[in-house]
Amino acid sequence: MTAFWQDPITFLRLWLENLLLSWGVSERWVLLIRYAVGAILLATAALLFVILQLWLERKLIGRLQDRLGPNRVGPWGLLQPIADVLKIFTKEHITPAGADRVPFNLAPVLSVAAALMVWAVIPFSATVFGADLNVGILYLLAVGAVGEIAIILAGWGSNNKYALLGALRTVAQLISYSVPMTLSALVPVMFSGSLNLNAITRAQEVWFIVLAPLPALIFFVASVAEVGRAPFDLPEAESELVAGYSVEYSGLKFGFFYVAEFLKAFTVSLIFAVLFLGGWRGPGAEAYPVLGFVYLFLKSGAVYLLMILFRGTLPRFRIDQVMDLNWKVFTPLALILLMVIALVDYFLRGGLPLVRVLVLLGVNTLAYIVLDRLLSSRERVRRQPVAQPVRPVARPENLINPTETGVAS
Amino acid sequence: MLSTWLYVGIFTLVAVALPAIAIFLAGLLAPKKPNPIKEATYECGVETVGPTWTQLRVQYYLFALVFLIFDVESVLLYPWAVAYQQLPLFAIVEAIIFLAILLGGLFYAWRKGALNWQ
Amino acid sequence: MNVLQWVFVITAFLTVGAAVMMVLSRRMMHAALWLAVALLGVGVIFITLEASFFAIVQLLVYIGAILILIVFAIMLTQRTDESGPRLNAYAWAAAGVAALIGAILTFSMAGWMLGNTGLLELGPAFDAILPLGQALVDTEGFAVPFEVASVLLLAALIGAIYIAFERKGERS
Repeated sequence: MTAFWQDPITFLRLWLENLLLSWGVSERWVLLIRYAVGAILLATAALLFVILQLWLERKLIGRLQDRLGPNRVGPWGLLQPIADVLKIFTKEHITPAGADRVPFNLAPVLSVAAALMVWAVIPFSATVFGADLNVGILYLLAVGAVGEIAIILAGWGSNNKYALLGALRTVAQLISYSVPMTLSALVPVMFSGSLNLNAITRAQEVWFIVLAPLPALIFFVASVAEVGRAPFDLPEAESELVAGYSVEYSGLKFGFFYVAEFLKAFTVSLIFAVLFLGGWRGPGAEAYPVLGFVYLFLKSGAVYLLMILFRGTLPRFRIDQVMDLNWKVFTPLALILLMVIALVDYFLRGGLPLVRVLVLLGVNTLAYIVLDRLLSSRERVRRQPVAQPVRPVARPENLINPTETGVAS
Repeated sequence: MLSTWLYVGIFTLVAVALPAIAIFLAGLLAPKKPNPIKEATYECGVETVGPTWTQLRVQYYLFALVFLIFDVESVLLYPWAVAYQQLPLFAIVEAIIFLAILLGGLFYAWRKGALNWQ
Repeated sequence: MNVLQWVFVITAFLTVGAAVMMVLSRRMMHAALWLAVALLGVGVIFITLEASFFAIVQLLVYIGAILILIVFAIMLTQRTDESGPRLNAYAWAAAGVAALIGAILTFSMAGWMLGNTGLLELGPAFDAILPLGQALVDTEGFAVPFEVASVLLLAALIGAIYIAFERKGERS
């Protein structure tokens, strides 16, 4: 019997099951109840976590911009997001004229649902996970598709050309960045031999980011673009493009689009931590599953902080730069890396782990150097002088002493 | 295996129901004052001219198409990646050929200008 | 009828209903959305057959890629007026042929599994993906179709780009 402090969730679950069984509830209903309770708790916890995330982000962005974040409502502004949520609850739901009712109302719900559904398969610790799906990674990618449909519904249902255009642009960006994301997610699958997220976590004796830093980088940047966060947030730029797919939404429906964005941001940090940073692994995580939780959240928190740092420091990309980066840099790079890693890892099979780590790191570094050379040579080619050669300036000395071009005095 | 999918199904229902219930509650709490001016389509403060349709450029369609091709390709590669650790060299070379053919397709699309945003 | 059979019946009704609604929809965008529901229904049926990989592939490729392609295509070719005739001249003949094929299929399949409508419960240790992966690249298995598939994808890519640029050329 696990003690409470070792593994609180499993302890509570076993307690509940025993209680229900002792009341005479049949096995199948116990399972159903356990699933339902687990699902509701997890979904609610995720949504409540977003509130904490909102506060953290606003504080940190504020600090990055050399100002204090919210600090009036509650100590250090901790109650600010709660105040915002309460406010948005009371705003009117304006439905634009001629809007298609079902898509219009379904879109924010599906958007949040798509982000939440990912939490069902993530292994939170050695014993706590939602569904031990044997196609875990593909499920993560497929749920992104639901999010894209939600955006199309939003753009279409708003009966507004700009919303539709914004929605299609956003979806074009999202589907483009799905390609390098799907391709570089193949690397953890190759290393661990399974699509199951639990198996991938357990296979990370050495974190996969060490074995394959470049695919990890591609995956990370592609997921930042998938979420639509800075520097890839042109389609939803708050201060630029006249619209974005959520322009006709008000009240809590708009609030949910906002929540969906933040939830997606944390979810992709969670995914990255599971796939490349070893998930819940850490010293003592097997014996004390509670530590697994802590490690996972620390790791995904670190990744999320990196995303906030991106947002606070990098300028926004133009849409053609975004697409160029994806199709002309990331996709060929991901394909070539896959080929190289597949070949190299074959020869390292059965060798010493240290040798494997060093060789793979070396291959990745080599690939990075080649990439760097290629990109900078293209930069040099593209940098052409746009101005004409310097003409003589209209200054007294040029007029009194005419130059070779014969400027008249 | 079915019980794991049952959990996924329940979780999906919960994930859809929670926002739906929240929006419904907010609908109850919020004021309801429909007004034709408020509900007019937003177009930078100008009145809408003509019905809603957008002349889409071929570019979007091409991006979706290239994405589809690469999506199907990745899906074909996932079983190979799962079996990767047990495969002989020949099988790995096969997959490399597969990837190379598609890389060639990507370069073709690049040269043709199908990947330019314009 | 156990739970699994109920799930199948409900999903089947949903899928067929969505397909019917798709054909009868007035607006093309609605038809695309009904198609999404129908594809989702097929995915759920795959799940009841314990083919998780194919269910996920259904979601990922059909709904995530093909449906989006269809939506973009609808946007690309949308006319401002949607008041064209919904059913073409041969609609009733087509419905008759479809009903005939449906009847033939139903009667021939009813003879196969009379009374045995249970589903095989595959064991929990059954993992279909590893053998699938090995079979895909096995020379005695599906290696040639695997490579031919990549050539097919390449052909589709080249063909579509060519056609799209023709269209772009004649438009501009």
